[in-house]
Amino acid sequence: MMGPGVAWYLAVSGFLFGTGALGVLLRRNPLIVLLSLEIMLNGANLALIGFARNLGDGSGQIFALAVMAVAASEVVVGLGLVVALNRKRVTLDVDRLNTLRG
Amino acid sequence: MLVATVGNVLVWAVWVGAAFACLGSGIAVVSFSNPFYSALALIGNLGSLAVLYLLLSAEFVAAAQVLVYAGAVMVMFLFVIAYIGPRSDSPWMGGPSWQAAGAVLAAGALLVEIVVVIGLKASGQLANSEKITSAFGSPAEIGRLFLTDHLLAFEITSIVLLVAAVGGVILGAHARGGAEEVPPL
Repeated sequence: MMGPGVAWYLAVSGFLFGTGALGVLLRRNPLIVLLSLEIMLNGANLALIGFARNLGDGSGQIFALAVMAVAASEVVVGLGLVVALNRKRVTLDVDRLNTLRG
Repeated sequence: MLVATVGNVLVWAVWVGAAFACLGSGIAVVSFSNPFYSALALIGNLGSLAVLYLLLSAEFVAAAQVLVYAGAVMVMFLFVIAYIGPRSDSPWMGGPSWQAAGAVLAAGALLVEIVVVIGLKASGQLANSEKITSAFGSPAEIGRLFLTDHLLAFEITSIVLLVAAVGGVILGAHARGGAEEVPPL
């Protein structure tokens, strides 16, 4: 394997996951929370693909593709919720969205 | 020998560029106050991740990443952000300062946990990577795995996507029908 070993990729993946977690916990705009969630999922994907290369097993790439499909579904539902909230003129603030009613 | 060394240096250079672009755009996504800029930074993040996937010889996943994520998902994101428009009542962050400190602490703890767990469980095996053939990560290989070893995952993925599409339609239709009679939160 030319170039950096898989440990370097794992370092990038862990850092991405941490960055995304920070965004999910810190930000209050639900759109940016969704974007940070995408960063977390991509960090996990990078670890999966790194290990798939390291072990010479394609199953990790299959798992990464499944994660991508789940992420796309999650974005659809999340953006649907954001649009529905916007139509009701609710403040886009995840700390205020603490009830399921209405 | 010389060719191998030059190739190694080239791969390292590409890796360093892609990795730092990835980390920088990730931090940019979290720190921009305008969600439009955040979404644009995430497109950069996904593009540099696709370069890292290519270096890990995952050609099909890199192509799918660019097509599905940077193409479809991010276009949807940008449409919604443009539809909602700039909202002044959405603060960057808020709440008491102990919440922000707790968030930073929790994210840092998560990072340390990842490093420790991987270091403890896998540090011995990380150095020697398996030999792979040129078919590894190609569309043919991915398709073979999807339709033989991982057929159940493939079918469940299609159900998940169908349910998400139905959910999106229901959310949109419900918001249009009952906008007047439902009281605001």
